[in-house]
Amino acid sequence: MSEVLLKIEGINKRFGGLHALSNVSLHINKGEIYGLIGPNGAGKTTMFNVLTGLYTPDEGSFTFDGCDLFRAPPHVVVKSGIARTFQNIRLFHEMTALENVMVGRHIRSRANALGAVLRNKATRDEEAAIEAKAWELLRYVGIEDVAHERAKNLSYGHQRRLEIARALATEPKLLALDEPAAGMNPSETESLKALMEKIRDGGVTVLLIEHDVKLMMGLCDRIAVLDYGKKIAEGVPEVVRKDPKVIEAYLGVAHE
Amino acid sequence: MTMDTNKKLAVFIASAIVLAVLPFVVGSTLGNSWVRTIDFALLYVMLALGLNIVVGFAGLLDLGFIAFYAVGAYSFALLGSPHFDIHLPFYISIPLGAGLAAMFGLLLGTPVLKLKGDYLAIVTLGFGEIIRIFMNNLNAPVNITNGPQGINLIDPIQVGGVSLGKAIEVFGFNLNPVHMYYYVFLFLTVVVVIMVYRLQHSRIGRAWVAMREDSIAAAAMGLNIRNIKLLAFALGALSGGVAGGLFATFQGFISPESFGLLESIMILAMVVLGGMGHIPGVILGAVVLTIAPEILRDVIGPLQMKAFGKMLVDPENARMLLFGVAMVVMMLVRPEGMWPSKRRAAEFKDAKKG
Repeated sequence: MSEVLLKIEGINKRFGGLHALSNVSLHINKGEIYGLIGPNGAGKTTMFNVLTGLYTPDEGSFTFDGCDLFRAPPHVVVKSGIARTFQNIRLFHEMTALENVMVGRHIRSRANALGAVLRNKATRDEEAAIEAKAWELLRYVGIEDVAHERAKNLSYGHQRRLEIARALATEPKLLALDEPAAGMNPSETESLKALMEKIRDGGVTVLLIEHDVKLMMGLCDRIAVLDYGKKIAEGVPEVVRKDPKVIEAYLGVAHE
Repeated sequence: MTMDTNKKLAVFIASAIVLAVLPFVVGSTLGNSWVRTIDFALLYVMLALGLNIVVGFAGLLDLGFIAFYAVGAYSFALLGSPHFDIHLPFYISIPLGAGLAAMFGLLLGTPVLKLKGDYLAIVTLGFGEIIRIFMNNLNAPVNITNGPQGINLIDPIQVGGVSLGKAIEVFGFNLNPVHMYYYVFLFLTVVVVIMVYRLQHSRIGRAWVAMREDSIAAAAMGLNIRNIKLLAFALGALSGGVAGGLFATFQGFISPESFGLLESIMILAMVVLGGMGHIPGVILGAVVLTIAPEILRDVIGPLQMKAFGKMLVDPENARMLLFGVAMVVMMLVRPEGMWPSKRRAAEFKDAKKG
């Protein structure tokens, strides 16, 4: 068994009468690409928001890399090493691509207001390091040629990549991607897949939500399936795809 | 950015010379009341730049900004007047007042952390009024602020034994208080400009913009939204507090009347009309909105006498009317402000096209 990076047990999240997540447990191992699939409304994005601190779960436990993150606010979650992207891309539209990534460095830098006003050597050095790192990440995801474009003017594929670069800027141990391939054509999806493998090989564990089951089967090391807020299956893709409960959730059951 | 270093240096030296001789040129041609107007313009530049941190950078609508001006002014007045017979030197009471204003910034910021837009505007408006009403009523049971009568005989700034409150003669030059205060104000304005410029182009400034654009994405990138919001309120208030202290010592008298809602709105208008978030624009906005009403005051009366031979409209009313019309027209024709940043100008252009 490889080392467990993220461990959640018995997570419950309710919105009024809606039980969005009931008793969900997940273990994500270090260095894998872990997929989370399920039909629309199954609770995937809710799970994501719980994992990144945007929602506070009602019950359960949540530990990540030895830290207890149950009900921790987003900035604490990011600081411990979980970064995310959004299903409906949320960039800082009026900032340039470079500035977007520089914002991602915020949590890994420390200049305070006084340092900013005095602009002492430590602050200037840090600012230069932030910019250098941002350039490096833009190159890493392959969009350094649009560094000075405003984010909202980038093509859809570039925006997706920029969001990944911005998330990587926080130096995550776990990168959580919410439907990164949505709206992409097959060749874009293929190059995105290569990028995710590159990120994984670079030592970052990847958590992926995706509708594209074919992509998931070819890419993920392990997959969990959610349906109506419950985990109905978990395991390697070959086993999960043959699980009758999964087939039922996706295709419906044949009535005699 | 595109200017080369030589050209930049030339612009810098030229503006330094203009700013250095300005009070004497204006004083000898237009009279000292105009120098006084310029002094006020500098105070408003400081105020507008402070509010610009909150409204322009962090995107939080604040309609009670004058409260921090009041806190700075009353701190100075109470620490340097016969009212309590305390006479602290300005280099202690100005920083104290600024620090106290920053603390009031936190006091306002904490309860409104979850509010934005209209709701935030209403709460800040209330806060501004609360401060003013406190100043108006804190004369009983213990007399702290002297109520509506205000505080009189506030100490002038003393530099090396020389009081800036009285005219002096240096090398045959007659230096009036308005001239001497001009240089003090100019110095502190430059300090404030450097402060806000450096903040804008820093890790903190980026965090403010990110929060303004999408606070959920900003939180997901690890920004501590609570802290950056409070920092914006505190630093904006700090600059307002400095301006307040200077106002108190310059006038020698303050009363709650000077810190009404209209003043808050005026400062907001300077920020919006100048170009929200753009430092040169905000400076321009503050200068224009301080000086334009004074010009109107000088022009409207004589013009009516000339045209009709009698006063048809009271100049004071006509002035506010014209001023209001000018603002409406400006917002319709050029909503991005007189001198917007490139980013904002592009934003408005896109919005028009779309």
